[in-house]
Amino acid sequence: MTGKIVKIAGPLVIADELPEVKMYDVVRVGARKLIGEVIEIKSDSVAVQVYEETSGLTPGEPVVSTGEPLSVLLAPGLVTTIFDGIQRPLERIRAEHGAFIAKGVDLSALDLQKKWLFVPTAPVGAALQAGDALGYVQETPAVKHLILLPPLSAGGELKSIKAGEFNITEPIAVLTNKAGQDEPVAMLQKWPIRKRRPYARKLSPDKPLITGQRIIDTLFPIAKGGTACIPGPFGSGKTVVQHQLAKWADADMIVYVGCGERGNEMTDVLQEFPHLKDPKTGEALIKRTVLIANTSNMPVAAREASVYTGVTIAEYFRDMGYNVAMMADSTSRWAEALREMSGRLEEMPGEEGYPAYLGSRLAEFYERSGRVIALGSGAREGSLSVIGAVSPPGGDLSEPVTQNTLRVVKVFWGLDSALAYARHFPAINWLKSYSLYIANLEDYYAAEIDEEWAQLRVQAVSLLQQESELQEMVRLVGMDALSGREQLVLEAARSIREDYLHQVAFDEVDTYTSFRKQYLMLKAVLAFYQAGLKLLEQNKDVTRSFKHPLRAKIARLKYTPENELQTMTGLAAEIVKTLAAL
Amino acid sequence: MKREYKSVAEISGPLILVEGVAQAGYEELVEVRTSSGELRRGKVLEAHRDWALVQMFEGTSGLDQNSRVRFLGRGVELPVSSEMLGRVYSGSGRARDGGPEIIAEKNLDINGLAINPTARDYPNDFIQTGISTIDGLNTLVRGQKLPIFSGSGLPHARLAAQIARQAQVLGGGQTEFSVVFGAMGITYEEAEFFMEDFRRTGAITRAVLFINLADDPAIERISTPRMALTAAEYLAFEQGHHVLVILSDITSYCESLREVSAARKEIPGRRGFPGYLYTDLSTLYERAGRLQGKSGSITLLPILTMPEDDKTHPIPDLTGYITEGQIILDRALHQRGIYPPVNPLPSLSRLRDKGIGAGKTREDHANAANQLFAAYARGREARELAVILGDSALSEDDKKFSQFSEAFENKFIRQGENENRTIEETLSIGWELFKLLPEDQLKRLKPEQIKKYMR
Repeated sequence: MTGKIVKIAGPLVIADELPEVKMYDVVRVGARKLIGEVIEIKSDSVAVQVYEETSGLTPGEPVVSTGEPLSVLLAPGLVTTIFDGIQRPLERIRAEHGAFIAKGVDLSALDLQKKWLFVPTAPVGAALQAGDALGYVQETPAVKHLILLPPLSAGGELKSIKAGEFNITEPIAVLTNKAGQDEPVAMLQKWPIRKRRPYARKLSPDKPLITGQRIIDTLFPIAKGGTACIPGPFGSGKTVVQHQLAKWADADMIVYVGCGERGNEMTDVLQEFPHLKDPKTGEALIKRTVLIANTSNMPVAAREASVYTGVTIAEYFRDMGYNVAMMADSTSRWAEALREMSGRLEEMPGEEGYPAYLGSRLAEFYERSGRVIALGSGAREGSLSVIGAVSPPGGDLSEPVTQNTLRVVKVFWGLDSALAYARHFPAINWLKSYSLYIANLEDYYAAEIDEEWAQLRVQAVSLLQQESELQEMVRLVGMDALSGREQLVLEAARSIREDYLHQVAFDEVDTYTSFRKQYLMLKAVLAFYQAGLKLLEQNKDVTRSFKHPLRAKIARLKYTPENELQTMTGLAAEIVKTLAAL
Repeated sequence: MKREYKSVAEISGPLILVEGVAQAGYEELVEVRTSSGELRRGKVLEAHRDWALVQMFEGTSGLDQNSRVRFLGRGVELPVSSEMLGRVYSGSGRARDGGPEIIAEKNLDINGLAINPTARDYPNDFIQTGISTIDGLNTLVRGQKLPIFSGSGLPHARLAAQIARQAQVLGGGQTEFSVVFGAMGITYEEAEFFMEDFRRTGAITRAVLFINLADDPAIERISTPRMALTAAEYLAFEQGHHVLVILSDITSYCESLREVSAARKEIPGRRGFPGYLYTDLSTLYERAGRLQGKSGSITLLPILTMPEDDKTHPIPDLTGYITEGQIILDRALHQRGIYPPVNPLPSLSRLRDKGIGAGKTREDHANAANQLFAAYARGREARELAVILGDSALSEDDKKFSQFSEAFENKFIRQGENENRTIEETLSIGWELFKLLPEDQLKRLKPEQIKKYMR
């Protein structure tokens, strides 16, 4: 089917003479065969959003439909690779076209020639169904890439299977289907990005995604398979938080989508991750990471596709039974791309010019997260956690993207510019943020950390709450008017903020805190408060404990390396004993 | 292929609609000859099978339906060569200094192409600007895009000129340094201030200027920054220069963009600006940076005036989301006679931590800077409290922080317009100021640093 361009306006191209084209089919536009996607069909024309720069296109140039929806290639070769929003391999584009991204680049997402060592695990004669593993490829030291029967396969009996080195399109096995016909199976799968990959069933999240970031793990945890959002004005540290999560979260796989953000941020990830070690496996972090980069100056329509490309790749690894975490920075830029296309289509705008379907698109996207039992007879359990940054204009959270996001996500890490100005990072506001997973995770905490963890957490939150109320009072009447007890609350809360919640991402030790260390630290920080309460009980001057040298020790706990935690074990008891005896 | 038409159907604002055009390319360059013989240029904004919508760079006054429209079959291009150094161009790239047109080495499309993120090299060379609030707290590095958020009446031009004059890379090699200045809608006096400063210091011989003044056509401003950045890319990535690009004023640029958007009757976003303002600004700002395997770099210093000093206005807001930090000028500091009136608290350099530390500046730099931020923030808070309750209501510690913040403004922030402080000097002032504070409150500093520098 070949049509003709009627009109070009930015990334939107109107074409006619394409009668049998389907919604969301991929088309090639113009003599240079730019990649586009059908987003509207009218009686005499179709609207196409083009994923590349359209300058230079002229009316009358051909438009050819491929008859297929926009899909990603799924096979060994994904890990450590950096793709653009429509899964074009940026490193190979650079090798062929130089430092600047040329137009009309046509390169396969994955290397089709490269041979991978395939190790079969399914025995010949086995009855296989969709989602069953045929074998695996050890793609990187950190990732065992399971080769699964595609979700839409009807299954059958395994007739033959080969071990050895194959490229991703060569058949590795032959299946006899129910009709008795032989079907060759290769490693490569394709999946349309706008459709979620099927699973057997969904489960409630019950384990935390441990991030090593104290304010997140302690106060506002996200569960494996959960959703979280980080809204904040510029300069409040969204990207640093996202990078910290990509580095230290205890997921098996990370998919990082840089959606409409800065080019240098992706460069930073590319240059830093190969040198950082995963605390769990000891391998370089890049060995478990897939990167999608559609920076702000790259074509806007591909930005819209980038989050779907990312989430589809993440689902593919989830189906192998892995805990996958996906970061999207920033979903606001994705929403703006949606708005731009909607505006060009002259659709009736909803709030602030965003299309009326903004909310449903956001909900659809976040619902692709979750803890699931994957397809197949093995009942593999995998999870996909999604963490989206939101960039509200002017830091105003009442805007549509933030509000629609908050309706679907379960964790809210609200960034605060006042904290950022005082260089208190992560600048997550402890009064406004919340996590709805705490009840789900209680059993885990009691079993894995300590019975008293929940109680410590509640006490810390309560002190911070009281502090904010007391600060109001100090503003009105001054510090002197406060009782000893109130001064103790202020001092203890200050210690929680400065000695516990404040965490330096750029410090070698402080950048990651294990749960064990968090427990010991929090216990020590709160021991100061316990001791103060004891002093008050004995009617002593509580302020005497404020300047004790032990407090300097509490302040330096964050710099205690993970292999010296035994030095921290008796500290809380010592603090209570020493300070209460003043 | 040159095609000429005499079928201007509509003229509205900066736009003209040409009918019966068979094959106008999107973004193609257009030349229009008015009935009086004057030649104007424009580009295709929308290309249709039967018509083309053309945006005129130099306005539509004097155009009529008898104007002759020629489609040139290429995009808007800038002729470049190293002879451009020392020259002054108009906002649309024509010689403005009375000199001859240059002999072009090549013609480059002013829209440029997106840099492949894998080809970028991370900016991490410290630039010493000699200004304490920048070097010490919000450090500029080579290849960074760091805007100055200003307000009307604030000395952003003086600050930008001082940076252009003093900027140097410590221990940097022999690579050439040049300045590209893009003026959009600024006054003659402001433009003259820059040119005079460049002439006085001799910088003019290694500068390229693109000047669109307040009384020049507003629509021309849309191409001015693209011309400037195209020249910068040529100098940086083909000639190996370290280029400092100053763009002033981004606010005028955005207003021109809004004018075109309004003329096209597009659905407006916030404050009437088009919904694609973010994308449009990013295609300017993201052209800054370094490339692997190239010795040159583009450091971008856009200046914008915030309407009513409002940081949440769409222009500063969207800029802040794209650039790698911001330097914010503060009216209160300015009114107290402090130059440069940079408020360090809301200012930020995202690339600071990669550009400082042992081997680049000094090992204590990051901690000292963080301590200065934290202490100044607390001091300001204490001062605000004292305004309501009086000094006596402050705790002993808070009184010290309050004194610290006063001293910080007078000794650290304040400096002369020609005072070029080394990074050592800047850090020493900081350490001097820490002596005003109780040592147990210096939580961001390491004990060994306190021992070493607190003398």
